[in-house]
Amino acid sequence: MPLFVPLPLCSLVPLYKTMYHSKSKKHLVWPDLAFMEFLTAVALTIILIAWALLANAPLLEIASPARSENPSKAPWYFVGLQELLVYFDPWIAGVMIPSIIVFCLMMIPYVDCNSKGSGEYSFSLRKFAVINFIFGFLMWLTLLFVGFFLRGPSWQLYLPWESWEKVKDIEENLWSLNPAVGLISLLAYLALFIILPAVIKKDFYKRRGIARYAIVMLSLALMYFVPMKILLRLVFNIKYVLVTPWFNV
Amino acid sequence: MKPNKNIWQSIRFSPLFKSIFRHGYDDTKQNKILQIRSNVFLHLHPVKVPAHAMKIRFTWCMGGITFFLFLVETITGILLMFYYRPVPEYAYQDMKYLEFDVPFGILLRNIHRWAAHLMVGTVMLHMLRVFLTGSYKPPREFNWVVGVMLLIFTFLLSFTGYLLPWDQLAYWAITVGTNMIRATPFIGHEGPFALLDKYNDVRFMILGGTEIGANALLRFYVLHIVVLPAAAIIFMAVHFWRIRKDGGISGPL
Repeated sequence: MPLFVPLPLCSLVPLYKTMYHSKSKKHLVWPDLAFMEFLTAVALTIILIAWALLANAPLLEIASPARSENPSKAPWYFVGLQELLVYFDPWIAGVMIPSIIVFCLMMIPYVDCNSKGSGEYSFSLRKFAVINFIFGFLMWLTLLFVGFFLRGPSWQLYLPWESWEKVKDIEENLWSLNPAVGLISLLAYLALFIILPAVIKKDFYKRRGIARYAIVMLSLALMYFVPMKILLRLVFNIKYVLVTPWFNV
Repeated sequence: MKPNKNIWQSIRFSPLFKSIFRHGYDDTKQNKILQIRSNVFLHLHPVKVPAHAMKIRFTWCMGGITFFLFLVETITGILLMFYYRPVPEYAYQDMKYLEFDVPFGILLRNIHRWAAHLMVGTVMLHMLRVFLTGSYKPPREFNWVVGVMLLIFTFLLSFTGYLLPWDQLAYWAITVGTNMIRATPFIGHEGPFALLDKYNDVRFMILGGTEIGANALLRFYVLHIVVLPAAAIIFMAVHFWRIRKDGGISGPL
Protein backbone atom coordinates (compact mmCIF):
# COMPACT_ATOMS: atom_id res chain seq x y z
CA MET A 1 0.00 0.00 0.00
CA PRO A 2 1.63 3.27 -1.07
CA LEU A 3 1.12 5.18 2.14
CA PHE A 4 3.75 7.87 2.02
CA VAL A 5 4.69 8.07 -1.65
CA PRO A 6 1.80 10.21 -2.92
CA LEU A 7 1.85 12.55 0.07
CA PRO A 8 4.33 15.13 -1.28
CA LEU A 9 2.40 15.29 -4.53
CA CYS A 10 -1.03 15.76 -3.01
CA SER A 11 0.47 18.29 -0.61
CA LEU A 12 1.29 20.65 -3.43
CA VAL A 13 -2.26 21.02 -4.70
CA PRO A 14 -3.78 22.66 -1.59
CA LEU A 15 -0.66 24.83 -1.22
CA TYR A 16 -1.19 26.10 -4.74
CA LYS A 17 -4.86 26.67 -4.01
CA THR A 18 -4.18 28.64 -0.82
CA MET A 19 -1.58 30.81 -2.45
CA TYR A 20 -3.25 31.65 -5.72
CA HIS A 21 -6.94 30.97 -5.43
CA SER A 22 -7.78 32.57 -2.12
CA LYS A 23 -10.72 34.84 -2.78
CA SER A 24 -11.18 36.20 0.73
CA LYS A 25 -10.67 39.89 1.38
CA LYS A 26 -7.20 40.85 2.56
CA HIS A 27 -6.21 43.26 5.32
CA LEU A 28 -2.94 45.10 5.66
CA VAL A 29 -1.10 43.88 8.77
CA TRP A 30 0.11 47.39 9.52
CA PRO A 31 -1.62 48.96 11.31
CA ASP A 32 -4.71 46.77 11.87
CA LEU A 33 -3.32 43.41 12.99
CA ALA A 34 -0.20 44.88 14.58
CA PHE A 35 -2.43 47.16 16.66
CA MET A 36 -4.62 44.26 17.78
CA GLU A 37 -1.54 42.29 18.79
CA PHE A 38 -0.24 45.28 20.72
CA LEU A 39 -3.55 45.65 22.56
CA THR A 40 -3.59 41.95 23.40
CA ALA A 41 -0.06 42.19 24.78
CA VAL A 42 -1.02 45.22 26.91
CA ALA A 43 -4.16 43.49 28.21
CA LEU A 44 -2.24 40.31 29.07
CA THR A 45 0.45 42.32 30.85
CA ILE A 46 -2.22 44.01 32.96
CA ILE A 47 -3.89 40.67 33.72
CA LEU A 48 -0.58 39.06 34.72
CA ILE A 49 0.43 41.95 36.97
CA ALA A 50 -3.03 42.01 38.61
CA TRP A 51 -2.94 38.23 39.11
CA ALA A 52 0.59 38.45 40.56
CA LEU A 53 -0.51 41.21 42.96
CA LEU A 54 -3.60 39.31 44.11
CA ALA A 55 -2.19 35.80 44.50
CA ASN A 56 1.21 34.63 45.65
CA ALA A 57 2.92 31.66 44.04
CA PRO A 58 2.81 28.76 46.52
CA LEU A 59 5.84 28.18 48.74
CA LEU A 60 5.65 25.51 51.44
CA GLU A 61 8.35 24.58 53.92
CA ILE A 62 11.86 23.70 52.75
CA ALA A 63 12.16 20.40 50.88
CA SER A 64 12.69 17.47 53.17
CA PRO A 65 13.22 13.97 51.76
CA ALA A 66 12.36 12.48 55.15
CA ARG A 67 8.87 13.98 55.43
CA SER A 68 6.57 13.15 52.52
CA GLU A 69 3.53 15.22 51.67
CA ASN A 70 0.21 13.40 51.74
CA PRO A 71 -1.09 13.58 49.11
CA SER A 72 1.91 14.32 46.87
CA LYS A 73 0.52 15.64 43.64
CA ALA A 74 2.31 16.07 40.34
CA PRO A 75 1.99 19.50 38.63
CA TRP A 76 -1.61 19.96 37.47
CA TYR A 77 -0.97 19.14 33.80
CA PHE A 78 0.50 15.74 34.77
CA VAL A 79 -2.02 14.98 37.50
CA GLY A 80 -4.20 13.20 34.92
CA LEU A 81 -1.43 10.65 34.41
CA GLN A 82 -1.05 10.33 38.17
CA GLU A 83 -4.80 9.71 38.41
CA LEU A 84 -4.36 6.85 35.94
CA LEU A 85 -1.98 5.19 38.45
CA VAL A 86 -5.12 4.09 40.30
CA TYR A 87 -6.16 2.01 37.32
CA PHE A 88 -2.88 1.07 35.64
CA ASP A 89 0.64 0.06 36.65
CA PRO A 90 3.20 2.89 36.48
CA TRP A 91 4.81 1.60 33.26
CA ILE A 92 1.46 2.05 31.50
CA ALA A 93 0.15 5.20 33.23
CA GLY A 94 3.44 7.08 33.39
CA VAL A 95 5.36 5.87 30.35
CA MET A 96 3.31 4.05 27.71
CA ILE A 97 0.19 6.25 27.77
CA PRO A 98 2.02 9.60 27.40
CA SER A 99 4.32 8.14 24.71
CA ILE A 100 1.37 6.73 22.78
CA ILE A 101 -0.53 10.04 23.10
CA VAL A 102 2.43 11.96 21.66
CA PHE A 103 2.93 9.44 18.85
CA CYS A 104 -0.78 9.45 17.95
CA LEU A 105 -0.97 13.25 17.99
CA MET A 106 1.95 13.42 15.58
CA MET A 107 0.37 10.83 13.28
CA ILE A 108 -2.98 12.67 12.98
CA PRO A 109 -2.15 14.62 9.77
CA TYR A 110 -0.74 11.52 8.10
CA VAL A 111 -3.66 9.19 8.82
CA ASP A 112 -6.55 11.63 8.32
CA CYS A 113 -7.27 11.20 4.63
CA ASN A 114 -10.36 13.41 4.68
CA SER A 115 -9.38 16.52 2.73
CA LYS A 116 -12.62 18.32 3.58
CA GLY A 117 -12.93 20.93 6.31
CA SER A 118 -9.39 22.31 5.97
CA GLY A 119 -9.12 25.77 7.50
CA GLU A 120 -12.69 26.08 8.75
CA TYR A 121 -14.77 25.01 11.71
CA SER A 122 -16.83 22.16 10.42
CA PHE A 123 -18.34 19.33 12.37
CA SER A 124 -20.51 17.91 9.59
CA LEU A 125 -17.58 17.39 7.19
CA ARG A 126 -15.32 15.72 9.78
CA LYS A 127 -17.59 13.99 12.29
CA PHE A 128 -15.32 10.98 12.84
CA ALA A 129 -12.15 13.02 13.48
CA VAL A 130 -13.81 15.68 15.64
CA ILE A 131 -15.78 13.25 17.84
CA ASN A 132 -12.72 11.13 18.63
CA PHE A 133 -10.39 14.08 19.23
CA ILE A 134 -12.88 15.84 21.49
CA PHE A 135 -13.41 12.59 23.40
CA GLY A 136 -9.66 12.30 24.04
CA PHE A 137 -9.36 15.98 24.95
CA LEU A 138 -12.27 15.80 27.41
CA MET A 139 -10.93 12.59 28.95
CA TRP A 140 -7.58 14.34 29.55
CA LEU A 141 -9.39 17.30 31.17
CA THR A 142 -11.64 15.03 33.28
CA LEU A 143 -8.65 13.11 34.64
CA LEU A 144 -6.93 16.43 35.44
CA PHE A 145 -10.05 17.64 37.23
CA VAL A 146 -10.48 14.48 39.32
CA GLY A 147 -6.78 14.29 40.18
CA PHE A 148 -6.45 17.96 41.02
CA PHE A 149 -9.73 18.71 42.84
CA LEU A 150 -11.14 15.41 44.09
CA ARG A 151 -8.13 13.51 45.45
CA GLY A 152 -7.12 13.81 49.07
CA PRO A 153 -4.79 11.97 51.47
CA SER A 154 -3.66 8.51 50.25
CA TRP A 155 -5.20 9.45 46.90
CA GLN A 156 -8.71 8.74 48.21
CA LEU A 157 -11.74 10.42 46.67
CA TYR A 158 -12.72 13.55 48.65
CA LEU A 159 -15.43 15.90 47.47
CA PRO A 160 -14.45 19.58 47.66
CA TRP A 161 -16.51 20.19 50.83
CA GLU A 162 -15.25 17.08 52.64
CA SER A 163 -12.53 17.60 55.22
CA TRP A 164 -9.17 15.93 54.66
CA GLU A 165 -8.94 15.49 58.44
CA LYS A 166 -11.39 12.62 58.29
CA VAL A 167 -9.28 9.65 57.23
CA LYS A 168 -10.98 7.38 54.74
CA ASP A 169 -10.21 3.71 55.17
CA ILE A 170 -9.07 1.91 52.11
CA GLU A 171 -11.40 -1.03 51.61
CA GLU A 172 -10.85 -2.73 48.34
CA ASN A 173 -11.38 -6.31 47.33
CA LEU A 174 -9.71 -6.35 43.97
CA TRP A 175 -9.34 -9.38 41.77
CA SER A 176 -7.79 -10.09 38.40
CA LEU A 177 -9.01 -12.11 35.46
CA ASN A 178 -7.59 -15.56 34.90
CA PRO A 179 -4.57 -15.12 32.54
CA ALA A 180 -6.14 -17.20 29.76
CA VAL A 181 -9.50 -15.44 30.00
CA GLY A 182 -7.73 -12.08 30.14
CA LEU A 183 -5.59 -12.77 27.11
CA ILE A 184 -8.55 -14.01 25.08
CA SER A 185 -10.79 -11.08 26.04
CA LEU A 186 -8.05 -8.54 25.29
CA LEU A 187 -7.33 -10.09 21.91
CA ALA A 188 -11.04 -10.33 21.19
CA TYR A 189 -11.46 -6.63 22.06
CA LEU A 190 -8.61 -5.62 19.75
CA ALA A 191 -9.79 -7.91 16.96
CA LEU A 192 -13.37 -6.68 17.17
CA PHE A 193 -12.27 -3.05 17.28
CA ILE A 194 -9.94 -3.45 14.31
CA ILE A 195 -11.76 -5.96 12.10
CA LEU A 196 -15.43 -5.15 12.64
CA PRO A 197 -15.45 -1.61 11.17
CA ALA A 198 -13.56 -2.85 8.08
CA VAL A 199 -16.16 -5.56 7.53
CA ILE A 200 -19.22 -3.42 8.20
CA LYS A 201 -18.07 -0.30 6.38
CA LYS A 202 -15.82 -1.43 3.55
CA ASP A 203 -15.68 2.09 2.20
CA PHE A 204 -14.23 3.38 5.47
CA TYR A 205 -11.43 0.82 5.19
CA LYS A 206 -10.77 1.25 1.48
CA ARG A 207 -10.38 5.01 1.66
CA ARG A 208 -7.60 4.65 4.23
CA GLY A 209 -5.70 1.62 3.02
CA ILE A 210 -4.31 -0.97 5.40
CA ALA A 211 -1.50 1.08 7.00
CA ARG A 212 -3.55 4.18 7.81
CA TYR A 213 -6.53 2.09 8.86
CA ALA A 214 -4.45 -0.05 11.22
CA ILE A 215 -2.83 2.99 12.89
CA VAL A 216 -6.17 4.78 13.31
CA MET A 217 -8.09 1.82 14.71
CA LEU A 218 -5.28 0.63 16.98
CA SER A 219 -4.91 4.14 18.44
CA LEU A 220 -8.64 4.41 19.00
CA ALA A 221 -8.78 0.90 20.50
CA LEU A 222 -6.08 1.95 22.97
CA MET A 223 -7.75 5.27 23.75
CA TYR A 224 -11.15 3.73 24.45
CA PHE A 225 -9.50 0.98 26.49
CA VAL A 226 -8.61 3.57 29.16
CA PRO A 227 -12.21 4.50 30.17
CA MET A 228 -13.22 0.84 29.83
CA LYS A 229 -10.51 -0.26 32.24
CA ILE A 230 -11.58 2.51 34.63
CA LEU A 231 -15.18 1.21 34.49
CA LEU A 232 -14.06 -2.40 34.99
CA ARG A 233 -12.21 -1.30 38.11
CA LEU A 234 -14.98 0.90 39.52
CA VAL A 235 -17.90 -1.43 38.75
CA PHE A 236 -16.41 -4.93 38.98
CA ASN A 237 -13.32 -4.29 41.16
CA ILE A 238 -11.05 -5.77 38.49
CA LYS A 239 -7.40 -4.90 39.13
CA TYR A 240 -5.78 -6.47 36.08
CA VAL A 241 -7.31 -7.68 32.84
CA LEU A 242 -4.15 -9.52 31.91
CA VAL A 243 -1.65 -10.99 34.34
CA THR A 244 1.70 -12.24 33.05
CA PRO A 245 4.96 -13.07 34.82
CA TRP A 246 6.57 -9.97 33.25
CA PHE A 247 3.91 -7.29 33.36
CA ASN A 248 0.23 -6.74 34.17
CA VAL A 249 -2.34 -4.80 32.20
CA MET B 1 3.15 74.47 20.19
CA LYS B 2 4.88 75.47 17.01
CA PRO B 3 8.46 75.39 18.34
CA ASN B 4 7.85 71.87 19.68
CA LYS B 5 6.66 70.76 16.30
CA ASN B 6 9.75 72.19 14.73
CA ILE B 7 11.98 70.39 17.19
CA TRP B 8 10.19 67.13 16.48
CA GLN B 9 10.44 67.73 12.75
CA SER B 10 14.15 68.43 12.93
CA ILE B 11 14.70 65.25 14.95
CA ARG B 12 12.40 63.22 12.73
CA PHE B 13 14.21 64.17 9.56
CA SER B 14 17.73 64.18 10.97
CA PRO B 15 20.17 61.71 9.39
CA LEU B 16 20.63 60.02 12.78
CA PHE B 17 16.91 59.34 13.32
CA LYS B 18 16.38 58.23 9.75
CA SER B 19 19.31 55.84 9.98
CA ILE B 20 17.49 54.06 12.82
CA PHE B 21 13.82 54.36 11.89
CA ARG B 22 13.38 54.15 8.14
CA HIS B 23 9.66 54.80 7.97
CA GLY B 24 7.20 57.10 9.65
CA TYR B 25 3.48 56.70 10.05
CA ASP B 26 2.41 58.09 6.69
CA ASP B 27 -1.02 56.81 5.81
CA THR B 28 -0.04 55.49 2.41
CA LYS B 29 -0.26 51.92 1.25
CA GLN B 30 3.42 51.86 0.33
CA ASN B 31 4.44 53.01 3.79
CA LYS B 32 2.17 50.47 5.50
CA ILE B 33 3.77 47.69 3.48
CA LEU B 34 7.28 48.94 4.27
CA GLN B 35 6.46 49.05 8.01
CA ILE B 36 6.18 45.26 7.94
CA ARG B 37 8.67 44.43 5.22
CA SER B 38 11.62 46.40 6.55
CA ASN B 39 11.23 45.60 10.26
CA VAL B 40 13.02 42.51 11.50
CA PHE B 41 10.49 41.89 14.29
CA LEU B 42 7.32 42.65 12.34
CA HIS B 43 8.30 40.80 9.17
CA LEU B 44 7.34 37.59 10.93
CA HIS B 45 3.98 38.66 9.49
CA PRO B 46 3.04 38.73 5.85
CA VAL B 47 2.17 42.20 4.55
CA LYS B 48 -1.47 41.23 4.16
CA VAL B 49 -3.65 38.69 5.93
CA PRO B 50 -7.08 37.38 4.98
CA ALA B 51 -10.04 38.92 6.81
CA HIS B 52 -10.74 35.82 8.93
CA ALA B 53 -7.18 35.94 10.37
CA MET B 54 -8.20 39.12 12.20
CA LYS B 55 -11.18 37.45 13.89
CA ILE B 56 -10.57 36.24 17.42
CA ARG B 57 -13.50 33.87 17.13
CA PHE B 58 -11.56 32.09 14.38
CA THR B 59 -7.99 32.10 15.78
CA TRP B 60 -8.77 32.44 19.51
CA CYS B 61 -5.40 34.29 19.43
CA MET B 62 -3.97 31.32 21.33
CA GLY B 63 -0.78 30.88 19.29
CA GLY B 64 0.10 34.56 19.60
CA ILE B 65 -0.72 34.62 23.31
CA THR B 66 1.46 31.54 23.88
CA PHE B 67 4.37 33.25 22.13
CA PHE B 68 3.82 36.40 24.18
CA LEU B 69 3.81 34.35 27.39
CA PHE B 70 7.07 32.70 26.30
CA LEU B 71 8.59 36.18 26.01
CA VAL B 72 7.23 37.11 29.47
CA GLU B 73 8.76 33.91 30.88
CA THR B 74 12.10 34.69 29.24
CA ILE B 75 12.28 38.23 30.62
CA THR B 76 11.06 37.43 34.15
CA GLY B 77 13.18 34.25 34.12
CA ILE B 78 16.38 36.16 33.33
CA LEU B 79 15.60 38.66 36.09
CA LEU B 80 14.98 35.81 38.55
CA MET B 81 18.35 34.28 37.64
CA PHE B 82 20.06 37.28 39.24
CA TYR B 83 18.66 36.25 42.63
CA TYR B 84 18.59 32.45 42.48
CA ARG B 85 21.29 29.87 43.15
CA PRO B 86 20.52 26.28 42.12
CA VAL B 87 21.99 24.46 45.12
CA PRO B 88 19.97 22.97 48.00
CA GLU B 89 21.77 25.15 50.56
CA TYR B 90 20.60 28.39 48.97
CA ALA B 91 17.66 27.69 46.61
CA TYR B 92 14.93 27.88 49.26
CA GLN B 93 16.60 30.81 51.04
CA ASP B 94 16.67 32.69 47.75
CA MET B 95 12.92 32.15 47.43
CA LYS B 96 12.45 33.77 50.85
CA TYR B 97 14.91 36.49 49.87
CA LEU B 98 12.85 37.18 46.73
CA GLU B 99 9.69 37.27 48.79
CA PHE B 100 10.83 39.57 51.59
CA ASP B 101 13.96 41.49 50.56
CA VAL B 102 14.22 41.94 46.80
CA PRO B 103 12.19 44.97 45.66
CA PHE B 104 9.29 43.61 43.60
CA GLY B 105 10.86 40.15 43.97
CA ILE B 106 7.59 38.48 44.91
CA LEU B 107 5.86 40.19 41.98
CA LEU B 108 8.54 38.90 39.64
CA ARG B 109 8.23 35.34 40.89
CA ASN B 110 4.42 35.47 40.84
CA ILE B 111 4.33 36.69 37.24
CA HIS B 112 6.77 33.95 36.21
CA ARG B 113 4.72 31.28 37.95
CA TRP B 114 1.27 32.35 36.78
CA ALA B 115 2.37 33.03 33.21
CA ALA B 116 3.86 29.51 33.14
CA HIS B 117 0.56 27.94 34.22
CA LEU B 118 -1.29 30.10 31.71
CA MET B 119 1.11 29.08 28.94
CA VAL B 120 0.46 25.37 29.49
CA GLY B 121 -3.25 26.09 29.16
CA THR B 122 -3.00 28.32 26.08
CA VAL B 123 -0.78 25.82 24.28
CA MET B 124 -3.41 23.10 24.80
CA LEU B 125 -6.20 25.42 23.62
CA HIS B 126 -4.12 26.39 20.58
CA MET B 127 -3.83 22.72 19.66
CA LEU B 128 -7.59 22.30 20.07
CA ARG B 129 -8.27 25.29 17.81
CA VAL B 130 -5.87 24.07 15.14
CA PHE B 131 -7.52 20.65 15.23
CA LEU B 132 -11.06 22.01 15.06
CA THR B 133 -10.25 24.17 12.04
CA GLY B 134 -8.58 21.20 10.30
CA SER B 135 -5.40 23.23 10.00
CA TYR B 136 -3.11 20.20 10.15
CA LYS B 137 -4.26 19.03 6.74
CA PRO B 138 -1.95 19.16 3.71
CA PRO B 139 0.22 21.12 3.19
CA ARG B 140 0.50 21.81 6.94
CA GLU B 141 1.08 18.25 8.23
CA PHE B 142 4.65 18.76 9.38
CA ASN B 143 3.93 22.03 11.12
CA TRP B 144 1.42 20.14 13.30
CA VAL B 145 4.22 17.73 14.25
CA VAL B 146 6.47 20.67 15.14
CA GLY B 147 3.58 22.01 17.23
CA VAL B 148 3.30 18.72 19.13
CA MET B 149 7.03 18.97 19.91
CA LEU B 150 6.46 22.51 21.21
CA LEU B 151 3.64 21.21 23.41
CA ILE B 152 6.07 18.69 24.92
CA PHE B 153 8.76 21.35 25.41
CA THR B 154 6.19 23.54 27.20
CA PHE B 155 5.31 20.68 29.57
CA LEU B 156 8.98 19.94 30.21
CA LEU B 157 9.86 23.61 30.74
CA SER B 158 7.08 23.88 33.30
CA PHE B 159 8.00 20.57 34.91
CA THR B 160 11.73 21.38 35.29
CA GLY B 161 10.86 24.82 36.68
CA TYR B 162 8.58 23.23 39.26
CA LEU B 163 11.52 21.80 41.25
CA LEU B 164 13.51 25.01 41.51
CA PRO B 165 11.81 26.63 44.57
CA TRP B 166 13.07 23.58 46.53
CA ASP B 167 10.09 23.48 48.88
CA GLN B 168 7.94 20.51 49.89
CA LEU B 169 5.49 21.10 47.04
CA ALA B 170 8.29 21.12 44.47
CA TYR B 171 10.18 18.19 45.96
CA TRP B 172 7.25 15.80 46.21
CA ALA B 173 5.63 16.78 42.91
CA ILE B 174 8.87 16.03 41.09
CA THR B 175 9.28 12.86 43.14
CA VAL B 176 5.87 11.65 41.96
CA GLY B 177 6.66 12.65 38.37
CA THR B 178 10.09 11.06 38.20
CA ASN B 179 9.09 7.90 40.10
CA MET B 180 7.00 6.91 37.09
CA ILE B 181 10.18 6.92 34.99
CA ARG B 182 11.46 4.00 37.12
CA ALA B 183 8.80 1.88 35.44
CA THR B 184 9.96 2.50 31.86
CA PRO B 185 10.18 -0.86 30.06
CA PHE B 186 13.79 -2.06 29.51
CA ILE B 187 15.59 1.10 30.68
CA GLY B 188 13.89 1.69 34.06
CA HIS B 189 14.87 -0.53 36.97
CA GLU B 190 11.28 -1.32 38.06
CA GLY B 191 9.76 -1.59 34.61
CA PRO B 192 8.92 -4.75 32.68
CA PHE B 193 12.00 -6.47 31.19
CA ALA B 194 14.31 -4.23 33.25
CA LEU B 195 17.91 -4.48 32.03
CA LEU B 196 19.46 -1.92 34.37
CA ASP B 197 19.58 -1.39 38.12
CA LYS B 198 18.74 1.68 40.14
CA TYR B 199 22.27 3.08 39.82
CA ASN B 200 22.35 3.27 36.03
CA ASP B 201 18.78 3.35 34.74
CA VAL B 202 17.05 6.22 32.95
CA ARG B 203 15.82 7.79 36.20
CA PHE B 204 19.38 7.89 37.52
CA MET B 205 20.42 9.68 34.34
CA ILE B 206 17.71 12.32 34.72
CA LEU B 207 18.22 12.91 38.47
CA GLY B 208 21.96 12.38 38.63
CA GLY B 209 21.33 10.09 41.62
CA THR B 210 18.88 7.61 43.07
CA GLU B 211 16.81 10.36 44.62
CA ILE B 212 16.23 14.06 44.17
CA GLY B 213 19.19 16.01 45.53
CA ALA B 214 21.77 18.60 44.56
CA ASN B 215 22.50 16.93 41.21
CA ALA B 216 18.84 16.78 40.23
CA LEU B 217 18.36 20.44 41.15
CA LEU B 218 21.33 21.49 39.02
CA ARG B 219 20.23 19.31 36.09
CA PHE B 220 16.69 20.64 36.16
CA TYR B 221 18.04 24.19 36.39
CA VAL B 222 20.30 23.82 33.35
CA LEU B 223 17.54 22.10 31.39
CA HIS B 224 15.10 24.82 32.45
CA ILE B 225 17.17 27.86 31.58
CA VAL B 226 19.33 26.71 28.65
CA VAL B 227 18.53 23.39 26.98
CA LEU B 228 14.74 23.49 26.79
CA PRO B 229 14.39 27.21 25.94
CA ALA B 230 17.00 26.79 23.18
CA ALA B 231 15.15 23.78 21.80
CA ALA B 232 11.84 25.63 22.04
CA ILE B 233 13.25 28.66 20.23
CA ILE B 234 14.57 26.52 17.36
CA PHE B 235 11.24 24.72 16.99
CA MET B 236 9.32 28.00 17.26
CA ALA B 237 11.43 29.48 14.46
CA VAL B 238 10.54 26.50 12.27
CA HIS B 239 6.89 26.65 13.40
CA PHE B 240 6.46 30.33 12.48
CA TRP B 241 8.46 30.00 9.25
CA ARG B 242 6.38 27.04 8.14
CA ILE B 243 3.12 28.92 8.72
CA ARG B 244 4.24 31.38 6.05
CA LYS B 245 5.77 28.81 3.73
CA ASP B 246 2.86 26.39 3.91
CA GLY B 247 0.33 28.88 2.64
CA GLY B 248 -0.08 31.39 5.47
CA ILE B 249 -2.57 31.29 8.31
CA SER B 250 -5.12 28.53 7.88
CA GLY B 251 -8.40 29.43 6.28
CA PRO B 252 -11.04 28.10 3.97
CA LEU B 253 -9.51 27.15 0.64
